[in-house]
Amino acid sequence: MKHKLVLAAALLSATFFASAASAKTFVYCSEGSPEGFDPGMYTAGTTFDASAHPIYSRLMEFKPGTTEAEAGLAESYEVNEDGTVYTFKLRPGVKFHTTEFFTPSRELNADDVVFSLERQINAEHPWNQYVAGTSWEYAAGMGFPELIKSIEKVDDMTVKITLNRPEAPFLANLAMPFASIVSKEYADKLEAEGKKEQLNQMPVGTGPFSFVGYQQDAVIRYKKNADYWGGAPKIDDLVFAITTDAAVRYQKLKAGECHLMPFPNAADVEAMRSDESLTILEQEGLNVAYLAYNTTQAPFDKVEVRKALNKAINKRAIVDAVFQGMATPAKNPIPPTMWSYNDAVEEDEYDLEAAKKMLQDAGVENLSMKIWAMPVSRPYMLNARRAAEIIQDDFAKIGVDVEIVSYEWAEYLDRSKAKDRDGAVMLGWTGDNGDPDNFLDTLLGCNAVGGNNRAQWCNEEFNELVTKAKTISDQDERAKLYEQAQVVFKREAPWATIDHSLSIVPMRKEVTGFVQSPLGDFTFENVDIAE
Amino acid sequence: MFGFLLRRFAVLIPTFIGVSIIAFSFIRLLPGDPVALLSGERVMSPERHAQISAQLGLDRPVVIQYFDYLGGVVTGDFGSSIVSKTPILDQFLALFPATVELSLCAIILAVLIGIPAGVIAAIKRGSIFDQSLMGIALVGYSMPIFWWGLLLIILFSGILQWTPVSGRISLMFFFPPVTGFMLIDSLLSGQKGAFMSALSHLALPSIVLATIPLAVIARQTRSAMLEVLSEDYVRTARAKGLSPFRVVGIHALRNAMIPVITTIGLQIGVMLAGAILTETIFSWPGIGKWMVDSVFRRDYPVIQGGLLLIAAIIMFVNLIVDLLYGLINPRIRH
Repeated sequence: MKHKLVLAAALLSATFFASAASAKTFVYCSEGSPEGFDPGMYTAGTTFDASAHPIYSRLMEFKPGTTEAEAGLAESYEVNEDGTVYTFKLRPGVKFHTTEFFTPSRELNADDVVFSLERQINAEHPWNQYVAGTSWEYAAGMGFPELIKSIEKVDDMTVKITLNRPEAPFLANLAMPFASIVSKEYADKLEAEGKKEQLNQMPVGTGPFSFVGYQQDAVIRYKKNADYWGGAPKIDDLVFAITTDAAVRYQKLKAGECHLMPFPNAADVEAMRSDESLTILEQEGLNVAYLAYNTTQAPFDKVEVRKALNKAINKRAIVDAVFQGMATPAKNPIPPTMWSYNDAVEEDEYDLEAAKKMLQDAGVENLSMKIWAMPVSRPYMLNARRAAEIIQDDFAKIGVDVEIVSYEWAEYLDRSKAKDRDGAVMLGWTGDNGDPDNFLDTLLGCNAVGGNNRAQWCNEEFNELVTKAKTISDQDERAKLYEQAQVVFKREAPWATIDHSLSIVPMRKEVTGFVQSPLGDFTFENVDIAE
Repeated sequence: MFGFLLRRFAVLIPTFIGVSIIAFSFIRLLPGDPVALLSGERVMSPERHAQISAQLGLDRPVVIQYFDYLGGVVTGDFGSSIVSKTPILDQFLALFPATVELSLCAIILAVLIGIPAGVIAAIKRGSIFDQSLMGIALVGYSMPIFWWGLLLIILFSGILQWTPVSGRISLMFFFPPVTGFMLIDSLLSGQKGAFMSALSHLALPSIVLATIPLAVIARQTRSAMLEVLSEDYVRTARAKGLSPFRVVGIHALRNAMIPVITTIGLQIGVMLAGAILTETIFSWPGIGKWMVDSVFRRDYPVIQGGLLLIAAIIMFVNLIVDLLYGLINPRIRH
């Protein structure tokens, strides 16, 4: 048996290296199976990494390594004066993939764009329910059905989208995976053959890689798209080896069975760093964990009280205890990788003496409060109870008695929304489109009180800034408003911001050109393997 | 015999109904609202909530939902995954061969090693061999599969590099499934090295999955054998002057096998449970991993349908074992 195994291993490595030399194959040990291949229908990053990023492109694309949207399939775009009409000029000569199951007869045009977006927002569209039970989760979540008035083809290479109200994050939304552009010609062919559901199983797009095949729960194969409008990828074949267990992914990476893996176990990271065959990348994820006071209830309606409590929270201790260092303390409600992040904002440094004095000055004595701790582990907060205990401990030292409460998760989410909620609630957020609006207005705007705004905080100055920023399309001008909004936020302290968890990516030393995305995407169009 | 068969089938029906009720209740007994859980931190509008509830059929009275579901199940319609939107039965059938292949290899391994080990331990009762074997069996039986699998991966794939870490076959081989059994498909493909690759991928998961059944079978064989060896007819056979091999191999073993076969049958159920962990560790695309993934994706219809299908298989295997048992031991039939 042993001999056979050795022989098999030898054979294997021989085939591996032999073919690696002739055609460059990049293997990504992905963390799970995609739900499908039509990105509009889904919300999971795992699905987008396997569908939207390799296979498709969008009108707008995120600049690699940033959360800034730039023109993609749209060569250029214009926004009218009041920010409600967007006119996109399409890039000429963009080819859809030629695969074993489809040969396109024409290049990308306005029909494809109108088709791709329209089906997601128009319930009457023949492709709205092309698979029973389809819901266009993200389009609905970003408010597209109410926001978009019309999507029109002006001519073959021009598309006009009219909105019901100005919405500056709209461009970033169009760069999101759900807004991927599919081939109308392919859809028509499938419809004629009565095989509509195939659009979700055997995808055709304009992205850097074309789809070759998927073996459920095991392997996804892609081939380089030599005609890719953004420049042909350097690797020939891209393979996703689906490996759900993080410890096993690590072993595969070590053994050279894959080149790059997502989501390592925190406990393995140190060993990875000391492994000479690996490179470790790290970056703050697009998330934040926070403790939201109920700012409508005494004494938390007083800024001084909230500030005092914020100074008594030892974020470093929380990050060390809960994340073993795989997170950074947060001072702003948006992560540092997001544009408009205001690094000039001053942190409320951990200082128990000062906190105690501030409470006394505010005339608060013998304060007792509840802190809500989530019953589940989330990417931005792995162990809420542990974090709450650390806070409880520190608060006791400044004379504040804390009772930690928790509910079953669905119940927790629901009850924490209530305006008359008793206590400060721990929660967090993972961003969608990399736009500051998606954090600042979504979580802290007046409209979100009683919903996502768990602090029940409606501050006129803040709200005006983030509302105004929605109506301006110039990003630099918007950034200024958001920077100001962060100053107001810090001054008013509706939350104690706790941490941004880190995204850590281990890869083989020979991998070059991989850029970590602050949005958490894994894209391989620029990667190469050094000989 | 026919009456026996009929009685066995009759017991199956209420059991199946019971299982279907449990599988069905599972999603509804979970604390909290499954629809709200789907959206997590994002606040879902009431309209959207109603729409998704309707999609999942959760907006109707529970009894009606159940009979609807049961009606579907009887006609082979287990519903569709809310995630991939494909029929559950199709997914199950596509992934089931992988689990069968792994389980078969594991059970063969367990039987081929477990029975001889148990027999030798019984013959050499009290010897160092016996004691160490039973000691190892106890350890094997108590070993958490997750940990054991990782340990083997680190040793054989990480340090010694004898076996691949995970998967069913090297990524360099690419052919469409014909039978769904990788060992057979790799031979059919005619690609050089494919079969060896499939075999080397099968080695570690088979060992891990075989560990617990092997321990149980070895212990069961030993005690059954000990009992039989003390019977009068064995003493008679020895007194007749038969060779020790004939006494043990033919006379004793045959009778000792009766409880062992029951044990093997019961191990099939244990194995399907073990497959859930083994498949997850080794990224083995079978039904165990499918169930785990579905739990993480909160794909309730799949969890529901998968539970029912797995339970049905265990029931079916137990039925076969019962029948087999009846064949070997005529006294059982009455």
